[in-house]
Amino acid sequence: MNAQTRIEPVEAVASAEPAIRFEGVAKTYPARGAGGAVSALCGIDLDVPRGSVLGVIGRSGAGKSTLIRLVNGLEIPSSGRVVVDGIDVSSLGGARLRQVRRSIGMIFQHFNLLSSRTAYGNVALPLEIAGVAKPEIRARVEPLLDLVGLSDKRDRYPAELSGGQKQRVGIARALATRPKVLLSDEATSALDPETTRSILDLLASINRELGLTILLITHEMSVIRAVADHVAVIEAGRIVEHGDVFDVFTRPKHETTRSFLGQESGRALPAIVRDRLRPEVQPGGSAVLRIVFRGPHATDPVLSQISRELGIDLNILSGSVDEVAGRPFGTLVVGVPSDPATLSRVQVFLAQRGLDTEILGHVS
Amino acid sequence: MSLDFLSPVILGLVLDATLDTLWMVALSAAIATLIGLPLGVFLATSGRGELFAAPAANRALGFVVNATRSTPFIILVVAIIPFTRLLVGTSIGTKAAIVPLTIAAAPFVARLVEGAIREVDAGLVEAARAMGASPLQIVLKVLVPEALPAIVLSLTLAIVSLLGFSAMVGAVGGGGLGDLGIRYGYQRFMPDVMALVVVVLIVLVQLVQSTGDRLSRRLNKRLRHA
Ligand SMILES: Nc1ncnc2c1ncn2[C@@H]1O[C@H](COP(=O)(O)OP(=O)(O)O)[C@@H](O)[C@H]1O
Ligand SMILES: [Mg+2]
Repeated sequence: MNAQTRIEPVEAVASAEPAIRFEGVAKTYPARGAGGAVSALCGIDLDVPRGSVLGVIGRSGAGKSTLIRLVNGLEIPSSGRVVVDGIDVSSLGGARLRQVRRSIGMIFQHFNLLSSRTAYGNVALPLEIAGVAKPEIRARVEPLLDLVGLSDKRDRYPAELSGGQKQRVGIARALATRPKVLLSDEATSALDPETTRSILDLLASINRELGLTILLITHEMSVIRAVADHVAVIEAGRIVEHGDVFDVFTRPKHETTRSFLGQESGRALPAIVRDRLRPEVQPGGSAVLRIVFRGPHATDPVLSQISRELGIDLNILSGSVDEVAGRPFGTLVVGVPSDPATLSRVQVFLAQRGLDTEILGHVS
Repeated sequence: MSLDFLSPVILGLVLDATLDTLWMVALSAAIATLIGLPLGVFLATSGRGELFAAPAANRALGFVVNATRSTPFIILVVAIIPFTRLLVGTSIGTKAAIVPLTIAAAPFVARLVEGAIREVDAGLVEAARAMGASPLQIVLKVLVPEALPAIVLSLTLAIVSLLGFSAMVGAVGGGGLGDLGIRYGYQRFMPDVMALVVVVLIVLVQLVQSTGDRLSRRLNKRLRHA
């Protein structure tokens, strides 16, 4: 094997210590001019396990960028610690901080490529900054351009590249110093869905093949679903829900999480049902029940069982079977006769089989 | 109108004066750039919370720059005569003119460079910081290269202004085209010499401007080139 053109996987460190750890982190931006102080983050405790992809989702202004910028010391916490690879980043400054930053790659929503440099020149920049010698830079940049599929765009300026190609250059640049951690601040938010998909696939393969830990922030559940192992939902500077992607997708606890899941597969109601949905019981009508099938139950024929064993016929309103984090899960929205006795028999039956149900409302 | 100015003597005078002007402008532009460029970078990066945060120095320098720029050039020329004499040993002639020209142009260049640097997308500075770049590396590898097309336009503007100022130092015995225009055109009533001087200045300005524009466009990779 040609040692020069190989991209080394990050060596596994034999410790259970997370790649990134937030310990009781708060960040308050001081008052400036007429505006008062802004509390951007509050009581953040969060671990990003080594080699994993953690997605942080939240609305605009929730504190996502502040959170990610704490990791490479672009912001300093007002209290608490941010520990990256065993090093308390928040206590560093000057040359030591700059050195640590070289082991943390970062990609941005608007790519932030130098317009005056070619694709090659942009990827070479962090190496020049680190004082790497010219031949060595060459030996590292070429395989990186290869990795992101841009060898043929080597001498193109950013103005001559598409958004997706620019982000590929951004990714190659972030990997140039062989970081252990990659930070992604809304890296796909400026891209169309198809390009987003290809960039996320690239990130997922980098995570797999180089063992890189990725912390990414987004406002789209589809991004979380495509690459993340774990998800944290952030709202007004606090983490309101955190867990395994499959669990959060199939058993969202917080209202904010539910609303982010709103348009995700299986959760969107057909218009004809949505428009007729009422919060109060409709006499003689049906309750609309969502049943979530997780993992091994995803394909259970429960509807026919209910019909056979309880003698209750359910009216299927919508349904889908899908996969999240590599595990199947299904969603079925059914109409159940509204009278309380029938409804509760159905719910008990489903609960006994480990299925989650949620009453969405009632239709006449 | 006579055709006297076509005589070899007059043409020789104009040629000499043109060379004097070019020499004066080139030298003062070069020195003003050497001074103005770093000052401009400093002005753009030393505000509160910026790369080389030094708000007091920033304000002080800003004041000096503003004061110099608001002094009418002709007053500046006279006011710094002792300084000029100290520096070049004389206060008249082409060599002496370079001193006030440089002093007038340097703050002008500084302000224009400051503007050009401030136009650089803050995201690029952020990216460079995230890479572990030092403030100096950010200036040399990001800010100046990214601002270069705008800096070239700024310097073009400064050179054009210097051409105008250099004609003015003629009034105080500075030499060059302005001097020729005043002495022959005005004091000896030779309007055709005056006209020729003006034509030469117009041609020079056009040349400088179009060269600057072309160079800036060539450096600007934000535009798609065919
Ligand atoms: N440099 C700053 N100075 C003052 N307030 C800031 C600054 N950066 C962010 N904020 C404020 O902090 C909050 C969180 O911002 P941010 O982390 O950018 O959110 P997000 O990335 O989720 O949109 C917002 O209210 C924002 O206005
Ligand atoms: Mg943001």
